[in-house]
Amino acid sequence: MYERGARRWLVLALFLGPSLIGVVLFVAGPIVASLLLAFTSWDLLTPPTFVGVRNFERLSRDLEFWAALRHTVTFLAGYVPLVLVTGLAVAVALNGRVPARGAFRAVFFLPVVTSWVAVALVWKWLLNPQFGLVNAWLAQLGVQGPAWLFDPSWAMPSVILTSVWKDTGFVMVILLAGLQAIPREYYEASGIDGATRWQQLVHVTVPLLAPAIFFALTISLINSFQVFDQVYVMTGGGPAGATTVLVERIVKQAFSFSRMGYAAAMSWVLFVLIFVTTFAFSRLQRRWT
Amino acid sequence: MRPIRFLSALLLVAGLAFGQTTVDYFSFTTDQAHIGELEALIAEFEAQHPDISIRYTTAPFADYFTKLQTDFAAGNPPDVFELNYENFVTFASRGTLAPLDERLAADAAIADDTFYPAALEAFAFEGVQYGLPITFSTVVLFYNQDLFDAAGIAYPTDDWTWDDVMRAAEAISDPANRVWGIYQPVQFWEFYKVAQAAGGGLQVGPEIAIDTPENRAALEYLVGKIEAGVMPTDAQLSGMANEDLFQAGQLGMLVSGIWMFEGFQAADFDWDIVIEPAGERRATHFFANAAVVAAPSQVADAAYEWVRFLAASPEVAAARIATNWELPALSLSNVDVLSPYLERGAPANREAVFASLAYAVTPPVVDRQPELQDVINQELEAVRFGSKTVAQALESAQRRVASLLAD
Repeated sequence: MYERGARRWLVLALFLGPSLIGVVLFVAGPIVASLLLAFTSWDLLTPPTFVGVRNFERLSRDLEFWAALRHTVTFLAGYVPLVLVTGLAVAVALNGRVPARGAFRAVFFLPVVTSWVAVALVWKWLLNPQFGLVNAWLAQLGVQGPAWLFDPSWAMPSVILTSVWKDTGFVMVILLAGLQAIPREYYEASGIDGATRWQQLVHVTVPLLAPAIFFALTISLINSFQVFDQVYVMTGGGPAGATTVLVERIVKQAFSFSRMGYAAAMSWVLFVLIFVTTFAFSRLQRRWT
Repeated sequence: MRPIRFLSALLLVAGLAFGQTTVDYFSFTTDQAHIGELEALIAEFEAQHPDISIRYTTAPFADYFTKLQTDFAAGNPPDVFELNYENFVTFASRGTLAPLDERLAADAAIADDTFYPAALEAFAFEGVQYGLPITFSTVVLFYNQDLFDAAGIAYPTDDWTWDDVMRAAEAISDPANRVWGIYQPVQFWEFYKVAQAAGGGLQVGPEIAIDTPENRAALEYLVGKIEAGVMPTDAQLSGMANEDLFQAGQLGMLVSGIWMFEGFQAADFDWDIVIEPAGERRATHFFANAAVVAAPSQVADAAYEWVRFLAASPEVAAARIATNWELPALSLSNVDVLSPYLERGAPANREAVFASLAYAVTPPVVDRQPELQDVINQELEAVRFGSKTVAQALESAQRRVASLLAD
């Protein structure tokens, strides 16, 4: 073979080059730049000036940042368990012998590959208190529906429900793959021993599915820290600031208030939050499985 | 003979092309409805200045400043761009604008009384003129004559006060049939004006005075209409724009800008305007926009030509008036330019637009303007949604603005 020495490197470089240049220019470069910017004050109009850790000090007493962090954690606490439970339920249901199983799987996966903007706009319309279908159906049942996105206490639950609806298919696909790897003999054996369907789910399916569940859990956690698209389109952080979240704050500081350095500092705090949480969960997983 | 004439024509064209200067122009005052007018004006300008060509870009107000600042950060700002009064200081104080004083002094066609004085003054910073006002607009009280007739009450007059507004709004309101007496937005721009009308105002320097009895009264008036049920809540609006609600015939009165004249031509009911009703005193809006030259521009001479054309040429003034494209910011002494405006039909009472100018107030402006407006808007929204009382919101606004400006 001719792949030796310099020649081999040349071939490698030619294959890797195009994507490597892209990664360096548009991923690695901005990451390094944002780390440097986090220690500057930069309004885009005048050159950045070094301010040391002042951005991080400011962050510690920025009440809006803490409110956004609180809302992000509220979102996470509602979204992650719900999306895992619904995803597991759908996966278990569609793993058995169901008519038109493939079609159902495709339908549940469809929202995952749909653009968030389209999904958020459709749900915004469905949840419209005056003209939306949801409240129209509720009215037929004799229930006066809430104002959903226009009510500070209902806005976050609305965003969570929409997100669960969109991502259930994603969790379903991961767990379906995990389910198919469980040997049928376990069910036969436990069935012969007299286990009920529920006992099989709790004592056979869930433990053997743990690696897949942890994977889905980790991805969902990371995604919920970064929640933005649905909030931006559905509420813009409102009403009365009830759904401001971390990434929405970062965008606002950077592009509405021209505080690029401060926004970069916030981004790095978010990164550390995600990193620590993910690390903690991977440790937990090692102990569990 | 013919080839020679052809050649000389070619040379002439080539020479022009070689000496051609391109001016990049970025606009937010040109909305979709007025793109055609802008292109006609550019053609007119290029005919008058064969050596200059204008390349325009437009963006809606909400996206305009993000793009503008990104262009500056990339070292490639437009040569000429537009600024509203509120954002002017942010740009002027950072040295991003080219001073115009010398060019203005040397410009024989521009006299001391060419522009409406307040509009010209608005775009000077620390004694230096950085922008020429191109348009101004004001806010008036629109009213649906059919709804007033149906309620059997008299039309608003230029002498109306807030009490008259509330009485009429109560007579017209019929929320069960989705008809409300009035809509007046509860946000920064309405609040600083209503605060002045209530005898107060948003004072941001040198002392910060936001939480005052007068300002509390002003905010009570703004949200009182929701509490009295004569103005739709956010949930009742459900994302519908208040202007659309008026145009659908579901609002008796609307506090909005003269930029709505063109859109409301399509309304299938009779409507008119009056000067904004008075509280303790009368206060009206004065929104001015200017064209400015970027300090780094390599073609500042050509850029200035385009700025003064936009601001002071009779062609532009006539086009703005003919298409309800805001108003040229010329002084009221330009009677022959402005008088066609008064005769353009609905609304009939166009004198109110000019009468409003006598009571014009300007917003508080600080270096960190977007954040000031955001803080005020957040607190107003909290009151609008009932999660804070008027007193709580203003107390919090006072504290937050103080810490913002100390930062």
